[in-house]
Amino acid sequence: MAADGLTYTIVDTANMSTAEIYGKVLCDLAEKHNDIVGLSADLAKSTKIGQFAAKFPDRFFNAGIAEQNMFGIAAGLAKSGLTPFVSTFAVFASLRAAEQVRTDICYPKLNVKIIATHAGTSFGQAGTTHHCTEDLAVMRSFANMVVIAPADGIETANAVIAAYEYKGPVYIRINRGFDPFLYEKSDYGFQIGKAVQLKDGTDITIIACGAAAYNAYHAAGILEKEDGLSVRVLNMHTIKPIDEEAILKAVMETRRIVTFEDHNIYGGLGSAVAEVIVKSGKACAFESVGIPDEYAIIGLPEDLQNYYGFDQNKIVEKVRQIMGKDFEQTEDWEDEV
Amino acid sequence: MPLSQQELKQLNEKACQIRKDTIDTVYWAGGGHVGGSLSFTEIMVILYYKYLNIDPKNPQWPDRDRVVLSKGHAGVGYAPILADKGYFPKELLKEYNHTGSILGMHLDGNKVPGVDVSTGSLGHGLPIAVGLALGARLQNKSWLTYCIMGDGECDEGSVWEAAMAAAHYKVTNLVTIVDRNRMMIDGPTEEVMRLEPFADKWKAFGWIVKEVDGHDFNQLADAIEYAQKEDKAPVVIIAHTIKGKCVDFMEDKYEWHYGGLDSEKVELAKACIDKHYCEM
Repeated sequence: MAADGLTYTIVDTANMSTAEIYGKVLCDLAEKHNDIVGLSADLAKSTKIGQFAAKFPDRFFNAGIAEQNMFGIAAGLAKSGLTPFVSTFAVFASLRAAEQVRTDICYPKLNVKIIATHAGTSFGQAGTTHHCTEDLAVMRSFANMVVIAPADGIETANAVIAAYEYKGPVYIRINRGFDPFLYEKSDYGFQIGKAVQLKDGTDITIIACGAAAYNAYHAAGILEKEDGLSVRVLNMHTIKPIDEEAILKAVMETRRIVTFEDHNIYGGLGSAVAEVIVKSGKACAFESVGIPDEYAIIGLPEDLQNYYGFDQNKIVEKVRQIMGKDFEQTEDWEDEV
Repeated sequence: MPLSQQELKQLNEKACQIRKDTIDTVYWAGGGHVGGSLSFTEIMVILYYKYLNIDPKNPQWPDRDRVVLSKGHAGVGYAPILADKGYFPKELLKEYNHTGSILGMHLDGNKVPGVDVSTGSLGHGLPIAVGLALGARLQNKSWLTYCIMGDGECDEGSVWEAAMAAAHYKVTNLVTIVDRNRMMIDGPTEEVMRLEPFADKWKAFGWIVKEVDGHDFNQLADAIEYAQKEDKAPVVIIAHTIKGKCVDFMEDKYEWHYGGLDSEKVELAKACIDKHYCEM
């Protein structure tokens, strides 16, 4: 149970989009904590912070379509002692107002929570202007920033509560629309910076975040059943600080790691995991799957997950491909650099 | 309230001293944004020596007025005031810009006592100041936020985003002063990117505009007291100033936006400042 005593199940959140769950949780938190204020830039409705705005109109500021000013105001509100939750699309939070987030919020380590929606390719039909496959890389490079990509609505609830309880800036990226539920209940011990092991295994470790985590979990089931593989699956909801311990354990115990994320392959989850693997000095087969270094095509999110290789079937294929490589025959696994 | 002769004399003495300290600081720092640090001297002096409700012994005092120096490059003009107020020892000015010093070109809110916000990236100050003021209002706090801006930075779109928001949300517990010295790095503001009709722009955004001679303490006092009390709309004081004020070879020259001073120029600059105040 979260320290705030707020727990959620798929029954409480049935038929709710991930953002709607965020809106509900924020309202629940705000009932208890009057330091919470909300901001949006004409996207209160789309990001569902509008639920908070409807309930607490005096504590909500719509900045109009002016993200730089919105994050500046959020910095000022935080400096005055309040806890702003700021919601807009991920592409605007991480790129349009990146400097305000870095200089005005992260540098003084202000208590601002950015809940960015429509992340990755989850707004696939909207095209490149509204896709956001760079936010993890950008936000990860800002010192003091915590970066979270929850797997589903239940985990979003946990992340929002944990973000409130943490003192300092937090960036949470969630998808547009409905995410299939990976979790049935929120009391599975969510902790910022601690990966959740969804399945134990010894042949290979899949590390995934966001929408890819659900797909990875179900792909692992298929691989176990059809291929007899023992697949470890880590839901790496926190991209920063990354759970080094879980990654190093996977290096030592499975020697094969593959990451899946709805983000450019440069700078996001795959890069963060690779940095830890390389530092370990241990041999480990590694691949990262996400959007290659290009701008994503237009399409339905589920089609794009397939196209970019992180839906269930593509994850199965990728793992089979990695397992088919003769790493163990050509390398001495015990070698250390 | 008009300033008494005694007050006026004290403020002028302080302005003279701060200008000379600024010159010294530029020398110690190996260069600095001296032009704009001499244009806003009266603005900063009247705020720090007459109006601000602050306690230098307790820089984090929750009920203090907040100051956002949005034209953060004017650090060499700001630091001598903070030192004089007792936020840190004056000796530190000699380490300005030195490796490991708390004092850099743009004063850092994480490092320098008395500095509320790390500024220097232009166009950031007013949005933060609006947020501070809204935060105070929401929590029923009576402290005021003062935002001191440069005119050149009003090229930034975020300034006008914040101007719109301040009017929309009727942010009146905020005093905004623009140091209208008409010069920026690359030349006169009207040549680089025209700002005029500047006052009309603010009016069109819903602000009340007070235009004053930014080197005249009486005019500044009237305008600041008006802005403190006004509760129908945000007030901007456009303070018409001269870049490099009081130093003959710098006055009104955009080339002195940033510059270094050797010991000879330091003496020359100080002599100009002394002459200016003697003539007063």
